[in-house]
Amino acid sequence: MQDWTRDNDRLVTEFEPNEAAVIRGLVGEIKDMLTARADQAPQDELAELTGMRAGPSTPPEEGVLARLLPDFIRPDRDSFEPEAESSDTAGALRSLHEPELIEHKSGVAATVLDTCPERGGRVSLTEDQADSWLSALNDVRLALGTALGVSEEVPEDPPEDQLQREHYYVYQWLTWVQESLIQALSS
Amino acid sequence: MTTPAEVESAQAEPEEAASEERPWVAVVWNDPVNLMSYVTYVLQKIFGYSKEHATKLMLDVHNKGRAVVSSGSKEKVEGDVAKLHAAGLWATMQHDS
Repeated sequence: MQDWTRDNDRLVTEFEPNEAAVIRGLVGEIKDMLTARADQAPQDELAELTGMRAGPSTPPEEGVLARLLPDFIRPDRDSFEPEAESSDTAGALRSLHEPELIEHKSGVAATVLDTCPERGGRVSLTEDQADSWLSALNDVRLALGTALGVSEEVPEDPPEDQLQREHYYVYQWLTWVQESLIQALSS
Repeated sequence: MTTPAEVESAQAEPEEAASEERPWVAVVWNDPVNLMSYVTYVLQKIFGYSKEHATKLMLDVHNKGRAVVSSGSKEKVEGDVAKLHAAGLWATMQHDS
């Protein structure tokens, strides 16, 4: 893959077939995880009648999903006010906003799947599509980073475990793809 | 850490009213995955901040662990946090303190 470049209003690069497969595979996995989470949401008749969706009020148990769908309020904060109205609580805010957040993240993932050719080759994006790519690539990096236990100090040596090592190299590569796209968008 | 000015006018009011008028703030927390350039880009995009201001806030997040990136009514800040979550930043809301 070459650096992303700006061609008038479009952001352009080319992917090798294996690179396109990695991006599509990981973005697709995130999309599936989010869909599975959305399917767990409580169903109730009122929601179906009014079209107002309510998501779950508790955070996902899995670390990766929990990072993609964070709470609105930190429960561990000193200034957390127990007297706050119930509508202010993290659970109520999650229930209110999570469906929309999942919809957004699924949407940016779908944009990547629509614009990244299965067999690799040229990718040409509008600025809006490029923003979706940034967001989707970031979600994949958040997921991999959480699974790999990435900390502030990037380890010099890759993990010893072979699968972890492959994930580590993919993570590093995606970091570069994302950084390059940010530079092209800012130019 | 950066904090917007306190709303002092609420001081003379009864406790409940003061609590109502204390602004909410959106806080972005440091995390090891999000790129510095990406955080700056997102803050410019969502809030229309200048590159300089967005970079300063990003550096606060990076160096101090967190930064207040917006403030206002509960509804406004709730919407801001939702946008920050959509971009993948680790953000929460709280009463200004």
